[in-house]
Amino acid sequence: MPEFKKTVGALLALAAAGPALAEKTIPTAARIVDPAAGWDHLWRDVLIDITVIGIIFAMITAYLIWKYRRRPGNEQGSAPRLSAAAAIGWVVIPSFVFMADDFYLAANGWQLWNTFREVPADRLEVQLESGMYSWDYTYPNGVQTQNELKVPAGKPVLLRMTSRDTLHNHYIPDFRVKEDSMPGRITYLWFYPQKPGTHVVTCTEYCGVMHSYMAGQVVVLPPAEYQAWYEAEGAKVKKAAAPAETVGKTPA
Amino acid sequence: MNLKEWIFTTDHKRVGILYLIGSIAAFGVAGIMALLMRAELSAIGPTVTADPTTYNVWLYAHGAIMILGFQIPALTGFFANYCIPLMIGAKDVAFPRVNALSVWLFYVGVILALLTFFIPDPPDVLWTGYPPYSTITAGNTALYTFTVLILGFASIIGGVNFLTTVAFMRAPGLTWGKLNIFVWCILGAFVMQLIFVPVLGSAVTLISFDKYLGTHFFDPAMGGDVLTYQNLFWFYSHPAVYVIFLPFIGVVFEIIATFARNPVFNYKAAVYGGIGGIVLISGEVWIHHLYVSGMPDWLRIGQMVSTLLISVPVGLLVISLVGTLYKGAISFETPMLYALGVVFLFLIGGLTGIPLAITALTVNLSETYYVVGHFHYVMAVAGTFAIFGGVYYWFPKMSGRMYNELWGKIGFWVTFVGVNIVFWTMMDIGARIGLPRRYYDYAQFPEAASAQHLMTIGAAILGVGFVIALLNWIIGAAKGPKAGDNPWGSPSLEWSTVSPPPHGNWPSPPSVSEEWSPYAHGRR
Repeated sequence: MPEFKKTVGALLALAAAGPALAEKTIPTAARIVDPAAGWDHLWRDVLIDITVIGIIFAMITAYLIWKYRRRPGNEQGSAPRLSAAAAIGWVVIPSFVFMADDFYLAANGWQLWNTFREVPADRLEVQLESGMYSWDYTYPNGVQTQNELKVPAGKPVLLRMTSRDTLHNHYIPDFRVKEDSMPGRITYLWFYPQKPGTHVVTCTEYCGVMHSYMAGQVVVLPPAEYQAWYEAEGAKVKKAAAPAETVGKTPA
Repeated sequence: MNLKEWIFTTDHKRVGILYLIGSIAAFGVAGIMALLMRAELSAIGPTVTADPTTYNVWLYAHGAIMILGFQIPALTGFFANYCIPLMIGAKDVAFPRVNALSVWLFYVGVILALLTFFIPDPPDVLWTGYPPYSTITAGNTALYTFTVLILGFASIIGGVNFLTTVAFMRAPGLTWGKLNIFVWCILGAFVMQLIFVPVLGSAVTLISFDKYLGTHFFDPAMGGDVLTYQNLFWFYSHPAVYVIFLPFIGVVFEIIATFARNPVFNYKAAVYGGIGGIVLISGEVWIHHLYVSGMPDWLRIGQMVSTLLISVPVGLLVISLVGTLYKGAISFETPMLYALGVVFLFLIGGLTGIPLAITALTVNLSETYYVVGHFHYVMAVAGTFAIFGGVYYWFPKMSGRMYNELWGKIGFWVTFVGVNIVFWTMMDIGARIGLPRRYYDYAQFPEAASAQHLMTIGAAILGVGFVIALLNWIIGAAKGPKAGDNPWGSPSLEWSTVSPPPHGNWPSPPSVSEEWSPYAHGRR
């Protein structure tokens, strides 16, 4: 019976959400595509798109305003009556132009969206619990840090996020990525740090009085340096955990 | 002037003017909140107040009062009340006493909203009121709930009234195809209010149940879900954007047709394709407010497509608007400047919305200053310019007097420069460095300081522009020169009666001929 329930549940979930709901994993061998670079590329394309449309519209409007200003000899509007064909044409043709642009943008946007949601299999996976007003990270070996996420350069990082109180949103502007963390649900985001350096983390979901002070940082370290830190901290955790099982959370 | 006559009035024009006075007062208060916030943000660290809660209360008051106390009541309260019976040749609305009830409920709502500044622990939940914060804050969430409920109720009874009025009280000969675009826009807006306001009402009621009565609708620890609220809230609050957009674009249509002395270009496309299309699509795009809230991917992608498709009806409306200028005889009095200003602001605001429709771009853009800049252009400032333009346009009808043209134009240009400084900078800083919105302080973004400073200066400029306009109206209403019944030369029905119109509007009910239309210039 439980088996049956499980199957039905899985089928229902599949029917309701489709495969897109499940977090996707791509094989290790595939080249890792950096979503942040994809973001910059699409942003530039869309800016060009809207700038061109904006300038065309603005120039047509400005021309009409100047050409048909009221002056002696032009005291009364003389717009021609639209024929039925012209009226329909002025609906159908612009609608198709707008829709063509919409679908072009949607297709590109969907592609980039998949990059943001398909996490490479070879990755560092960190649990994040947010709370008023801190970011608490837990590494696979039990190491915990607060407001500072240390990661190795050259390896994708996946954050599995939840919250212990209000809504928060883990935003890393340099990696162009954010997602809400909230109580009762687990969300995720991933990013691809490639060079050592530090990057601001900041909260972008109104979470309470000190919302604007809920900041932290991502510290990208050279792989060897990261490994040394990770193992040293891991050993400390082991030692502390040995006498009694008091380390709060078990990594899920 | 007899105060008692105004309090007990059931005349739609007086009800409308009461709506105008209340909503302009709300605009003033919410505007002061904006200036206080801009002053606070002018430099890093505490400047005006050292208490972030105070800032968060300003933030709440600015958003909630601007939307619920100013824009919606000014557009669907004042303009609808004042203009619709006049435009359709009716003596009054269908239910004048219900109408009076709605304006006084609106005043109760505004007073509740203003109580924010006098009670201990005022609400600090933004105009969105997301749980779990709104259910655990020390702030008074109940005040938020009741403000929304009262204003929503006022709007619903207004909606029933206007749908009935337009359906049954049009002048003989005034067919559906001859209605002013503005009347269609108000119909569309009220259809959306009637469908969606109850959803908002349920959402904010459930928060107060959770906070004060111990229910757990939004508490995951007890089987609730925090995202349910966000879905309910935006299921109303995205259409609310169109409840503001349709009437304001309707006002702009009236102004442009009059000052270009032309009929509206492709009227049927604007009505069925533009207004109808927006009403149809308005309920299927709310997920774009939840693009980074962990909604299922198929919903985020599906509503990306529906959100992008809004460009079709909106594009048809803009083509009708700009097409009305073609072969016109355009003059540039103050209302027309505001109307053309709306076209410009709306163009920027609409196009900068396209990146925000694309789910993958919002992972960087959402919740930043870019969003704030975008929605101020497209809705807040464009809507406010349309309201100001509309008040200037119908000013001679309402008061029988003329405002000062020179000061009107000065006020327009000062405001126009101010808003572009503020909101262009805002979009730029948001897209460039990702500066998050709703921040009392921004120490982690030191590179934003100069832009913040510039925006504060811009805000002061635009504030001066609005004050010039308000003074212009007050002085014009008191001692402007007599305006005459139809100073703009419009064939629309509201200009066919005397200014200001008496109770009952016309001595004998008007009727219209076969060849008449509200835009048939030179054929009167």
